[in-house]
Amino acid sequence: MNGNGDGPVVIASEVARRYGQGETAVDALRGVSVDIGRARLTAVMGPSGSGKSTLMHILAGLDKPTSGTVEVAGTEITTLGDNDLTKLRRQHIGFVFQFFNLLPMLNARENITLPLTISGEKPEEGWVDKVVSDVGLTDRLSHRPSELSGGQQQRVAIARALISKPTVLFADEPTGNLDSSTGNEILELLRRSVDDYGQTMVMVTHDARAAAMAHRVLFLADGQIVRELGECNAHQILQVLEEIAA
Amino acid sequence: MLSVSLRGLLGRKLRAALTGIAIVLGVAMISGTFVLTDTIDRAFSQIFTESYAGTDAVVTGKGVDISIDGESVAAPPVDESILETVRSVPEVALATGSILDDYGAKILTPEGGAVATGGAPSFGFGIDTDPALSRFNPLNLVEGRWPAASNEVVIDAGTADEQDYMVGEQVKISTLEPTRSFELVGVAQYGNVDSLGTATFAVFTIPVAQELFDREGQFDAVSAAAKDGVSEDDLVPAIALVLPPDAQAVSATQEAADQSDEIGQFTSIIRYFLLAFAGIALFVGAFVIFNTFSITVAQRTREFATLRTIGASRRQILGSVVLESLVIGLAASLIGLLLGLLLAEGIQALFRLFDFELPSTERVFALRTIVVALVVGVGITLAAGLFPAIRATRVPPIAAVREGAELPKSRLAPFVPWIAGFMAVVALAMLGRAMFVDDLGTADRLLSIAAGVLLLFVGVAMLSSRLVRPIAALVGLPARRAGGAAGRLASGNAVRNPGRTAATAAALMIGIALVTFVATLTNGMKASNREAIEEQVVADYVVTASDGYTSFPATVGVALSESSAAELVTHVRSGVAEVNGDDSQVSGIEPDKILEAYVFDWTEGGDEVLDDLGATGALVTSNYAEDHDLAFGGTVNIRSASNRTAEVEVVGVYKPPPFYPLLESVTVSQGLFDRLYDRPLNRWTWANVAGEPSAESTAQLEKTIAGFPDSQVETREEWIEREDQDFNEGLTLLYALLTFSVFISIFGMINTLVLSVYERTREIGMLRAIGMTRRQTRRMIRQESIITALIGAVLGLPLGIFLAALVNRALDEYDLRFSIPWWQLLILTGVAIVIGILAAITPARRAAKLDPLRAIAYE
Repeated sequence: MNGNGDGPVVIASEVARRYGQGETAVDALRGVSVDIGRARLTAVMGPSGSGKSTLMHILAGLDKPTSGTVEVAGTEITTLGDNDLTKLRRQHIGFVFQFFNLLPMLNARENITLPLTISGEKPEEGWVDKVVSDVGLTDRLSHRPSELSGGQQQRVAIARALISKPTVLFADEPTGNLDSSTGNEILELLRRSVDDYGQTMVMVTHDARAAAMAHRVLFLADGQIVRELGECNAHQILQVLEEIAA
Repeated sequence: MLSVSLRGLLGRKLRAALTGIAIVLGVAMISGTFVLTDTIDRAFSQIFTESYAGTDAVVTGKGVDISIDGESVAAPPVDESILETVRSVPEVALATGSILDDYGAKILTPEGGAVATGGAPSFGFGIDTDPALSRFNPLNLVEGRWPAASNEVVIDAGTADEQDYMVGEQVKISTLEPTRSFELVGVAQYGNVDSLGTATFAVFTIPVAQELFDREGQFDAVSAAAKDGVSEDDLVPAIALVLPPDAQAVSATQEAADQSDEIGQFTSIIRYFLLAFAGIALFVGAFVIFNTFSITVAQRTREFATLRTIGASRRQILGSVVLESLVIGLAASLIGLLLGLLLAEGIQALFRLFDFELPSTERVFALRTIVVALVVGVGITLAAGLFPAIRATRVPPIAAVREGAELPKSRLAPFVPWIAGFMAVVALAMLGRAMFVDDLGTADRLLSIAAGVLLLFVGVAMLSSRLVRPIAALVGLPARRAGGAAGRLASGNAVRNPGRTAATAAALMIGIALVTFVATLTNGMKASNREAIEEQVVADYVVTASDGYTSFPATVGVALSESSAAELVTHVRSGVAEVNGDDSQVSGIEPDKILEAYVFDWTEGGDEVLDDLGATGALVTSNYAEDHDLAFGGTVNIRSASNRTAEVEVVGVYKPPPFYPLLESVTVSQGLFDRLYDRPLNRWTWANVAGEPSAESTAQLEKTIAGFPDSQVETREEWIEREDQDFNEGLTLLYALLTFSVFISIFGMINTLVLSVYERTREIGMLRAIGMTRRQTRRMIRQESIITALIGAVLGLPLGIFLAALVNRALDEYDLRFSIPWWQLLILTGVAIVIGILAAITPARRAAKLDPLRAIAYE
């Protein structure tokens, strides 16, 4: 694995992103610099339109910044071509989406091992079983997504993201489409994977309880990081959000 | 990754099946065509092999090597005495003489009419059925025995079956002589060929055949078998040595090969004719596949994006979509291949409906059929699926996190109008080249036309996405006005995704354009045909063979001349000949009577030159004169099919309507004609009656020729109308073959509608939730479908008329009328609406069945 040591896994410096041109141009990010620490759960919070999703897209190589640089596992990614980005995703990046994004025609097991199928790697049997049992899907493996509950579907998605042992896992509103008790279970699962596997994770959320699971919470407003908290509770987070809004 | 795309395909079975049908039908046509024509070829080759199985050498009269439209003239007969001459050759073991007349023996139905052969031969045989000579006999008895007496006959099993003739019954047969009754003593088949198609045969004893076919003291062929140890190559020169100069010997192998070649050319015309329609069907299928793949790729945007985020490369996405089209193409082609076996029967049945049937034997399923069908089917599916597959690779991974993400616009999108325009220009250039450049080979010309038309269709289809809005605004007018909310929504839906509507309509456009094209061209031909007959003929009545175009025995005309039913009767003979070294056709007219029936439009000379015709004069058409550098006073050397010659001088040049000249290029007097030909045949016999033609005079004329069941008498108007009918039949056959393409485009429409209903599940649920009734939902989908179909019609009708106009210009030299069949085109528009309604049935039902609640919850 690249980027050995204890240094940050993702380093963004002076990242700006402008959509559109001329008078209708919108600055989604205005010079954001941030380091994502190894084996830590970093939450990104902010009101709608604060640029938190854009930041995550750029950190994950889904979008390119207008200016600034992003390093993932020691590689500058903003200048990479499609093939190199694909390789980067295979080795270093995992995703968990709000709407799960499972393939409906594959069963849970096939969905989970899909990244390995795609990169042509042989699944490590012990590892697959461990991930599957850790996310609590051992008896659901032959089910199709349509036969699973929302929480179960998100567990499949998390297992899929973990299976390739990515350097960093990006979770985009992972509880946004779940009821609160199911959401809590998912959040605990995500936090456990950070603690147990040392998985580095970046989570975008507007749910204070979700952010409270993080080691570190970044607050964005108007395309800039305006505040930062260490481990904290939902109450403190809500307070900061109110301050930002004010 | 392989399994992912295969699983995806399984998950969309209905879509895959509907897509596959587009290819199945086209491939079935290819495979059916090959199976049918290969079978015909094999049947013929069996016939020829059988014919010469026991023969080593054949002696015939020295023929003239003339062939008109690929059919060469039968060799003239030889004198009976040649049989003894051949038998006396030491190398010859056995020999026999036989009579064979290709069209001479018309078997009558129990009702008294001639059995229709649709232009196929009605063979008359005279065969020596002595068992010692059976090796020469190509026929095998199925039942009964060979004829031994002069009143006995054997006919082919097919005709006996069809007409229900039993051995022991009387069968009437019409030949050069008036109809005669024979006792059926047996039925036979040609070798082991099941069916001769519509061809028939009748077998007589040799003396009877010689009398019936006017070959007293002659044989059409003397067949010889070599003694053991003598090869064909030794036998032929040995026989040739003793033959008189007007006879020739050829090896049986050579003779069979020559005949096979001739038939091979004929079946290859049928093959290419049918393959052209298969090509059209596949071309339409390509549109449908392209469209379906485009839509499914668009609908799977998020799926592709997700795959990209978890590490799939563009190449893998491309591979998965291409693999899908490969699987669909392969499955569809395999089904099509097998369906082709059934279709071969279907095409044969279709041909049979038009009295056009060919010999048949066990079905031939050649390796070539399998290879071509699979390669073409898979190839077209892959080609049509490639663009959508490439677009799928352009889905950015970020689309995975965006709601309602759309496929990025193709990089080519801004250039589409330019590319389309360029294609249209290239297409027109190719069409122009095909139609107006003179020295092109036929194959070159046809390829140029085909490529031009295909390119033109693609160009128009690409441009049509820009035309969808204005056209939909026009054809959607009734829907918006009278259709209420559903109609307004339907009209809006049709233009929501112009590219998709355009591609769907384009598939139908092709079918409609081709139907319009053949309808317009045929309409022009009918008009030209009528005009040509009206300009040339002033006679009250015409007598023709019952099919209206083959020549008939002169004895029919004689019977008419001898009766008092008509005031004037005049005959036009026709025969093939070598004229100044070129193969051509010659007419024989009666100079003193022809003017009562036929109008010459003289360019050199006048009616008075007919008096100069005699035995030394000839008339030529102005076209012929021009093409052969002939003028008034020029010399014309004629060598008839009976191998007799005459030198005549051009005494008049006239200009018949080029579309349908009723006299041949070169016309001589009947006196000369009858001297040139052994058994002169009439092309036309024209008759005038006293006063106006009436039912009574018609009945009288019919009674006169009642002894010749294979001929008919018609008034001039009836004649024109029957020829119109023949054009209509041809048109119906073309329509039937084009129906396949139209079917495929209907499947394309169903497919698009099903997919867009699926895509709009939420929206339709919302409409239902806010009070749209099921009936309104169905109406909305139906009207969208009708609008799409009408866009196809609005594009296809003018395109078809344009192509017809272009071809019309190219056929300038035939002076073809251009006449738009408004009524038929109006009906065609109605058909388009019906197609729209039919295509909407399933999708509309699906949309109406959507449960509003579930539709909204759908994700």
